[in-house]
Amino acid sequence: MSLPKEHDYIGLTEPSSMENSSSSIVSTESEKNTVLNLKETELRLGLPGSDFLEKKAGTGISLFGKDLKDEGNNGFSQIPLKNLVSGAKRVFSDAIDGSGKWDFPINGGSEVDLGNGGSENTNTLQSSLAGPSGKEIGNRNPRKPVEEKKNDNNSAAPASKAQVVGWPPIRSFRKNTLATNLSKNNDDEGKSGVGSLYVKVSMDGAPYLRKIDLKTYCSYKELSSALEKMFSCFTIGHCASHGLPGQEHLRENCLKDLLHGSEYVLTYEDKDGDWMLVGDVPWEMFTDSCKRLRIMKGSDATGLAPRLGMKYQSKEIMKPRKV
Amino acid sequence: MQTDPNGPNPKKSKDSPSNSANTESTQSPSPFPDEVLEKVLSFLNSDKDRSSVSLVCKDWYNAERWTRTKLFIGNCYSVSPEIVARRFTKIKSVTLKGKPRFSDFNLVPQNWGADVHYWLLMFANVYPFLEELRLKRMTISDESLELLATSFPGFRALSLMSCDGFSTDGLKAIATHCRSLTELDIQDVDMDDFCGGWLSCFPEDFGSLEVLNFATLDSEVNFDALERLVSQCKSLRVLKVNKTITLDQLQRLLLRAPQLMELGTGSFQQELLPGQFGDLGIAFSNCKNLRTLSGLWEVASIYFPVLYVACASLTFLNLNYTALRSDEFGSLLAHCPNLRRLWVLDTVEDKGLEAVGSSCPLLEELRVFPADPYDQHLHRGVTESGFVAVSRGCRKLHYVLYFCWQMTNAAVATIVQNCPNFTHFRLCIMNPGRPDYLTNEPMDEAFGAVVKNCTKLQRLSMSGLLTDLTFEYIGKYAKNLETLSVAFAGSSDRGMQCVLEGCPKLRKLEIRDCPFGNAALLSGLEKYETMRSLWMSSCNVTINACQRLAREMPRLNVEVMKDKESDDSRADKVYVYRSVAGPRRDAPPFVLTL
Repeated sequence: MSLPKEHDYIGLTEPSSMENSSSSIVSTESEKNTVLNLKETELRLGLPGSDFLEKKAGTGISLFGKDLKDEGNNGFSQIPLKNLVSGAKRVFSDAIDGSGKWDFPINGGSEVDLGNGGSENTNTLQSSLAGPSGKEIGNRNPRKPVEEKKNDNNSAAPASKAQVVGWPPIRSFRKNTLATNLSKNNDDEGKSGVGSLYVKVSMDGAPYLRKIDLKTYCSYKELSSALEKMFSCFTIGHCASHGLPGQEHLRENCLKDLLHGSEYVLTYEDKDGDWMLVGDVPWEMFTDSCKRLRIMKGSDATGLAPRLGMKYQSKEIMKPRKV
Repeated sequence: MQTDPNGPNPKKSKDSPSNSANTESTQSPSPFPDEVLEKVLSFLNSDKDRSSVSLVCKDWYNAERWTRTKLFIGNCYSVSPEIVARRFTKIKSVTLKGKPRFSDFNLVPQNWGADVHYWLLMFANVYPFLEELRLKRMTISDESLELLATSFPGFRALSLMSCDGFSTDGLKAIATHCRSLTELDIQDVDMDDFCGGWLSCFPEDFGSLEVLNFATLDSEVNFDALERLVSQCKSLRVLKVNKTITLDQLQRLLLRAPQLMELGTGSFQQELLPGQFGDLGIAFSNCKNLRTLSGLWEVASIYFPVLYVACASLTFLNLNYTALRSDEFGSLLAHCPNLRRLWVLDTVEDKGLEAVGSSCPLLEELRVFPADPYDQHLHRGVTESGFVAVSRGCRKLHYVLYFCWQMTNAAVATIVQNCPNFTHFRLCIMNPGRPDYLTNEPMDEAFGAVVKNCTKLQRLSMSGLLTDLTFEYIGKYAKNLETLSVAFAGSSDRGMQCVLEGCPKLRKLEIRDCPFGNAALLSGLEKYETMRSLWMSSCNVTINACQRLAREMPRLNVEVMKDKESDDSRADKVYVYRSVAGPRRDAPPFVLTL
């Protein structure tokens, strides 16, 4: 009964995989519940929640709910994480960024902007399920043999704590405040980078601000590439909205201009309220004292630092300088 | 909502024998003069009652609208300033809510809307006697604050919750111009805090404040100005300061305001000399009316004893920014036998929650927040056993918000058996789609138990691995459900359909990352007009289906936001809400209004 309805509502431009899966839903509909329950309760080797990744890899559609699309597949065999990446390559390609790291700089804390943030939703979830869960099982449930096996099989799981946008449902104010409190209360735990540290990033000429979590970056280079991505749309001038098709080729040119060229410099406001050029102090010192960031036009950046208006070479710009 | 118990019930008089003849005809005169009707209606405070009254007949509609002084608008786009201005003439208090709730979690882009300025312009024209403005999830600029401060001579109360768009400059305008201000309450806002100088803008002889909450702000305020303010405002009953206020400063403030009922402390960590420690204890003990305690930023638990005397009468303890261990928490809690509401961080762990169960038998509301929501390895947090322990000791529990990393169906079943009176059950298992960790089954039976046992349930937030069965349970049993939040759950359209068909009182439905598609969306065609709003993001809905919804239901606004990289047919974020004002005119380019 659901198939005819769904075909009515599926528009002309539906990707074909959607229709295939609809028919697979119908064909197994009568056994739907039984099959589903069996698969739900089946003890198998795989990360908890890895059902998501397996299914998404099969269909190429970035959904995060349980769905029936793989009813016809043997989709529940263990899939190593690498295969998941290739299966869902469209959603991963942006995030990996050639570094091979699973650390998604644009994490759940950043404002979802006009359209740029969209892909990051999918990216970060995929990794979040893969990453923390692997470690979690090993550490937290020693009594559960099934889950310990999962941990062993997934020792290649990425170590970062990538995040889903807006999950868990915690308000931004709480995230920032907790980060500060926890780092003060837990000095003796020997862990650095507890919590998160959200700072606003503004860019001269851009119509709105972004927010980023400094704790998810480890270096100026990472910060710089994240910012490039976030703000590239604005360097094209007025056509900077919001998912217009055909914009991709323009972005590449502007990326070069953004921070590596002479047009903009990255500055930050420190705890004393002074505006400083980014890159002078060691990274940890920077994250400790940075309250907010501003991408300034190079012509406005005079008087900020000893290196007045100096043009940075692209490779040098974000390395911490020794004083 | 209850009818105002103090006022006569106009409906009763309508049904009395002497009036039974004149119910519907607009031609027959009202049984009593308009003034009497208006006087009677002026006792009605509840919005729901007033809504009902306005539907009785034209006379009553008019009498009601001429006597309404408090305006509550749950969705600022459901109506327009013009329509409001035409209908009501004597508004003194306005509550406006704007963005969808998921904007709290960064799911709504900046500049989405809900700007209050246009409303303020209308208010300045039509309601010059406006006294109160309460905004939630709205954007308000400094310019708007300035307009507010200068347009209403009798303005008294400003409350901004989860708002954005303004800075301390706007607060300066309020402090400077609002001579009769009694309430300034800023919570969870996203604002620019340039400096604390705004507090010094209150006139020197200013003394009318009753509520002052600036806990959210970062900058240091002038302490002398604050101290003077506190000592002059003899009716001050709520004072929530920010982190920059130290313990010895707090002590001085408390000495000036022993009448306080709600206190939010500043930093609770400072090296105190023994004398100061004693003084602080005395200052707290002098506050005989203290019912709510919050703040406690950066706490040093060795100072807790100063609170013990005050704790005895506390009904609300808010430790949600205080990372306490279970032992320190337990010893504090032992002095709080009268707690009704408790907000706490999960650093107290299950052991801390056991202390809650044993120390706070009167507890009605518990919220446990995660200290580190993104990495559970740094803190164990709480598990199902903590929750069960609370349910055993606190049988009056009816409101819970619980963040944890693991849960079992059996535990939840036990919990709702112990506490069948839940009205708000919000359980967040922080790994999306996590099954029962003992049995590896979906968490369907857990939420099934909740809706079966808790017949008064109004609000439900679900998490964990959930199939359509959960939604079948909800549709079948949750007959009082008004708000439902769903994430990473469900197996097919049927799930959402069960809820839309089965929950007669549903008002707000918010869904993210679920496999619900067009069939599900369209099955609620007629339902949505009975609801305030529907939010669906990262589901399976296409723009065509949204267009169809918009075509068939002209009194619904259907708004779609697309993610940049998704294909053209997909409606990544859908926000549907009923409105008498038509499509909104201030939608930014990234919001497609269908």
